[in-house]
Amino acid sequence: MSSTALFDEPGPRARRRIRVATVLGTLAAVALAALAVRQFAAGGQLGYERWQPYATWPMWRYLLGGLWSTALAAVVSAALAMAFGLVLALGRLSERRWVRLPAAGYVEVVRTIPALLLVYVVLFALPRYGLDLPLFWKLVVPLAVSNAAAFAEIFRAGILSIERGQGEAGLAVGLTRGQTMRLIVAPQAARRVLPSIVSQSVGLLKDTSLGFVVSYAELLYSGKVLASFNGLLIQTYLIVALIYLVVNLSLSKLARTLEARQRLAVPKRRLARA
Amino acid sequence: MSALLDHLPELWQGLVVTLQLIAASFAGAAVLAVLVTALRVSPVRVLRGLGTAYVETFQNLPLLVLLVLAVFGLPEIGIQADLLETAIVVIAVYQAAYFAEALRSGVNSVAKGQGEAARAIGLTFSQSLRHVILPQALRTVVQPIGNLFIALAMNTSLAAAVGIVDLTAAANRVNLVEAQPIPIFVGAGLAYALIAACAGFVTGRLERKLVILR
Repeated sequence: MSSTALFDEPGPRARRRIRVATVLGTLAAVALAALAVRQFAAGGQLGYERWQPYATWPMWRYLLGGLWSTALAAVVSAALAMAFGLVLALGRLSERRWVRLPAAGYVEVVRTIPALLLVYVVLFALPRYGLDLPLFWKLVVPLAVSNAAAFAEIFRAGILSIERGQGEAGLAVGLTRGQTMRLIVAPQAARRVLPSIVSQSVGLLKDTSLGFVVSYAELLYSGKVLASFNGLLIQTYLIVALIYLVVNLSLSKLARTLEARQRLAVPKRRLARA
Repeated sequence: MSALLDHLPELWQGLVVTLQLIAASFAGAAVLAVLVTALRVSPVRVLRGLGTAYVETFQNLPLLVLLVLAVFGLPEIGIQADLLETAIVVIAVYQAAYFAEALRSGVNSVAKGQGEAARAIGLTFSQSLRHVILPQALRTVVQPIGNLFIALAMNTSLAAAVGIVDLTAAANRVNLVEAQPIPIFVGAGLAYALIAACAGFVTGRLERKLVILR
């Protein structure tokens, strides 16, 4: 129970009220579900023949192929975005102004440009200047460009969260700034930012659904193709949504597990300050 | 540059649609998020479960999937609605999950004694929430809400992918006619950056005004 600030241990009257609310809440949920089912039935979407195709392997094979492309795009753009984000974060923390300002400028500007606009730029603007990327990269490049800014902020926050004494101690024993960062600050920061990285990756995985726009055959676009082939529009998109949900929920769970494990590893003293 | 100026009316129309999307879905998301937060911090397990299910579901589904499902799927089960209204509702429902999560962390950041004091002077649950907990919680979440507002503004551009002519779609259309991508896309990008900058400015002011030093 997270919010103990809100109520005490319930007494008899409160317990009665809780029971009433439980019943009402359940009824409301059931009513909502029933309404949805009725609407589906009224639209004739509940028929056996409209769901049966999704009990067959070829349909799933096609969608799982889409999921594989989604994963590929997500992994490649995550790797690029993290590498670039790390460079940006280090740049933003640099002592030299001519490194710090461009890095900060990039992060602040890209953070406020919609990913779809970047996709349109790659899709329609770059070919005019003779740069016509393959389909895969038309999706990956804008995602990497926009997520690099987000990863940069995560890395920077992680590096800044390490006690100053750590870096100072490194410098005091005669390591260079680069060595201090590589040997002392970065390994500690890496552990601390892991949960944020995983949850940002969930966001990135969600962003790959922009493949719908560039017609790269990831999960959502595969769903579109499949729906126009078999005419089972709502069923197909619901299945697609379900696949996204399962994958992302697992990743989010991983992020929470990592966070919980880290909380155990961090001494109390630090927690009190955070 | 002339490409941008010649098509100013279309781009302006797109900007107006984008601003409508932002304002309406933010209002909807704010109301929904308060309701969901109330569910998530209630003493009733079923309601808490419903709130958690809402947040988990919508945080883990891509917005574009929801938009596609609503725009192309809902007519199949006999729900016809205006395209713009559908997009507003979907974006509001999606973003509400994020706002609710921010609000909940705000509620949790309120000191335990505050709630105890509220109860000690005899306020009911909803009274203590309304008069004691939420005003304080809202103050601590000004900054996260500001960031989420910017994210919402960026996300409204996805409406372009399901056929709404917002700023992104307008820029794209003008580019298809004029084939002058640089001024047009830079112009559209600047407009989004300006919206985000305004949001940042307002949250900064609000925070300085509201924040309580503890």
